[in-house]
Amino acid sequence: MAYSKQEISRKTFDHLVELAALELGEDESNYLLTELNNQLSAIHELEAIDIGEDVPPAMHGVPYTSESSLPLRKDNWVACENADAIIEQSPVVDNGFIIVPDIPHTTLE
Amino acid sequence: MQLCDLSAVEIRDHVFSKQASAVEVLESCLQRIKQVDGRPGTLESGQETKEDAEKVHAFITLTEDTAHGQAEAVDKMIAEGEDPGPLAGIPATIKDVFCVKDTPSTIGSRILANFISPYTATPVARMRSAGAVLLGKVNLDEFTYGSSTESSAFQPSTRNPWDTRRVPGGSSGGGAASIAAGEASLSLGTDTAGSIRQPAAFCGVVGLKPTYGRVSRYGLIAFGSSLDCPGPLARNAKDAALMLRAIAGSDPRDATGANLPVPDYLELLEKEIKGKRIGLSPDYFRITFPNLETGEYLQQPVPTEIRDAVLKAADVYRALGAEVIEDVPMPNTRYGIPVYFVISRVEAASNLHRFDGVKYGYKTGSETDDLKTMYRKSRGEGFGLQPKLRILMGMYVSAAQYSEQYYRRALQVRTLIRRDFEQAFDPNGKFKLDALLTPTTPTTAFLMKDVYGDSVLMQYADQLTVPANHAGIPGVSFPGGLDADGLPIGVQLLGPDFTEGVLLQLTHAYEQATLDAEWRKVHPQVLQENL
Repeated sequence: MAYSKQEISRKTFDHLVELAALELGEDESNYLLTELNNQLSAIHELEAIDIGEDVPPAMHGVPYTSESSLPLRKDNWVACENADAIIEQSPVVDNGFIIVPDIPHTTLE
Repeated sequence: MQLCDLSAVEIRDHVFSKQASAVEVLESCLQRIKQVDGRPGTLESGQETKEDAEKVHAFITLTEDTAHGQAEAVDKMIAEGEDPGPLAGIPATIKDVFCVKDTPSTIGSRILANFISPYTATPVARMRSAGAVLLGKVNLDEFTYGSSTESSAFQPSTRNPWDTRRVPGGSSGGGAASIAAGEASLSLGTDTAGSIRQPAAFCGVVGLKPTYGRVSRYGLIAFGSSLDCPGPLARNAKDAALMLRAIAGSDPRDATGANLPVPDYLELLEKEIKGKRIGLSPDYFRITFPNLETGEYLQQPVPTEIRDAVLKAADVYRALGAEVIEDVPMPNTRYGIPVYFVISRVEAASNLHRFDGVKYGYKTGSETDDLKTMYRKSRGEGFGLQPKLRILMGMYVSAAQYSEQYYRRALQVRTLIRRDFEQAFDPNGKFKLDALLTPTTPTTAFLMKDVYGDSVLMQYADQLTVPANHAGIPGVSFPGGLDADGLPIGVQLLGPDFTEGVLLQLTHAYEQATLDAEWRKVHPQVLQENL
């Protein structure tokens, strides 16, 4: 079994934190990095299984069939009955608009 | 015995026959809540007091006024000769993972602490229109991520009514505890890896995880979308049958729901169980877990008392004319948790991206110049440790360079787990089982703080429940005795897709056959002075 206690390095961890849009305190970071590596150790058990090429991945347990699934609904536009109430859920609203800080400008490569 | 201690079916009958009004039942529940629940969970709870340690703390939000309105409406309909519905006057609690219109829907997290839902989840709406009286929202692990309810941002977290030093299980811990303590007769929970069945086992109640798709997920704050199942917690099989009938069925708002007729589960309960084939598997009588120091896997048998409770249940079924088939191989059971560590995390990370401090929920109080910083601060301050852990894990194992190694492989092993069940239940196969009989949990309720923080050990509490979530099949946990510490032991039945009726029938048969058992005369600690 490929076992490595610190498989996820601090550098990889910091990159994940950036992608996940999380700001973390130092204690939190230390706990999370340790637990991530512990969980990853447990996941390595899966590598020991001999999986044949013919085993398809299962996205769901119960198969979807045309008998057991609802038919797709028509793609009709339906007005939202309480649009204002939903906009008002936002922490900062002005005149029906949701207000956010500046969106940083980035040039696409 | 108070009104609040009656079963849901008894309460319904009392209300219909005017032996008691829905308002009287509600008052009885509110009185019980006042006696045993203590203060509700809040974000700023301060130090826990000695009194806190003796209370249940099932609730986050008690909706006393709306409950009164609902109970009065039921009584009015009865007085006018109208039918208020099959759950008429039955007091129920709702896990705070379901959206309920105009009610705080917190999911036990700071990030949704101020969220007042603009709509109601389908299973909740169905309970309401069936005449249930909804007492409020009950505590859970933050975002349902845990097996003890301790990770809720709303403290004090729920304690086990059988022994308040212990956890109620989780994540539907508040719901299970509210049933055990007589605060309500029914509770709506969710089960993603065992979150209905495990707390049901720890609190000595019945908990049913329906087949995936049997109950609509509309209005459920999502965790693992391919695994989440809403379902009932109740005092017995009959009550669970009554509730499942009310909440199940297809919903145009959930495209993953099953469009199949809903049987009358109550009618099925009384059917003969003679000839039913019930399996026992050695793979469910041992647990496998990693030693994090060495990386080796250890196997040990489940505790003798738990094993014996399951074997006694098998004897009960044999005596009732069922056939018990031993040594059914379920070799992929041990991989349930590692597979879950991958699949549930990927789905959680995806679902949790929507919480950004912009559209609803918590926004950082700090001044921020740009949107990205605002996202980071809002999410960093709003999420607790367990959601953060799941987001990061999900992103890691689904990253382009690792997804073949981890995510795809986990999905393939999920197929193998499903195949174990298909082979066991195949009507033309070797075993032809109607149900597999297993322990629900590897331990009874553990002490608070004993496991919390060790995210790997906590997850292994679900080892015997999680395979059903991967496979999508239904499962039920019911009380099967007490251990030497006087704590409830849960026994589990797993069945083929959409056989909730058979599982409830078998549970009911066990209950009837053990009505006079000594252990049924013992009541939870918090009720000693209140019955």
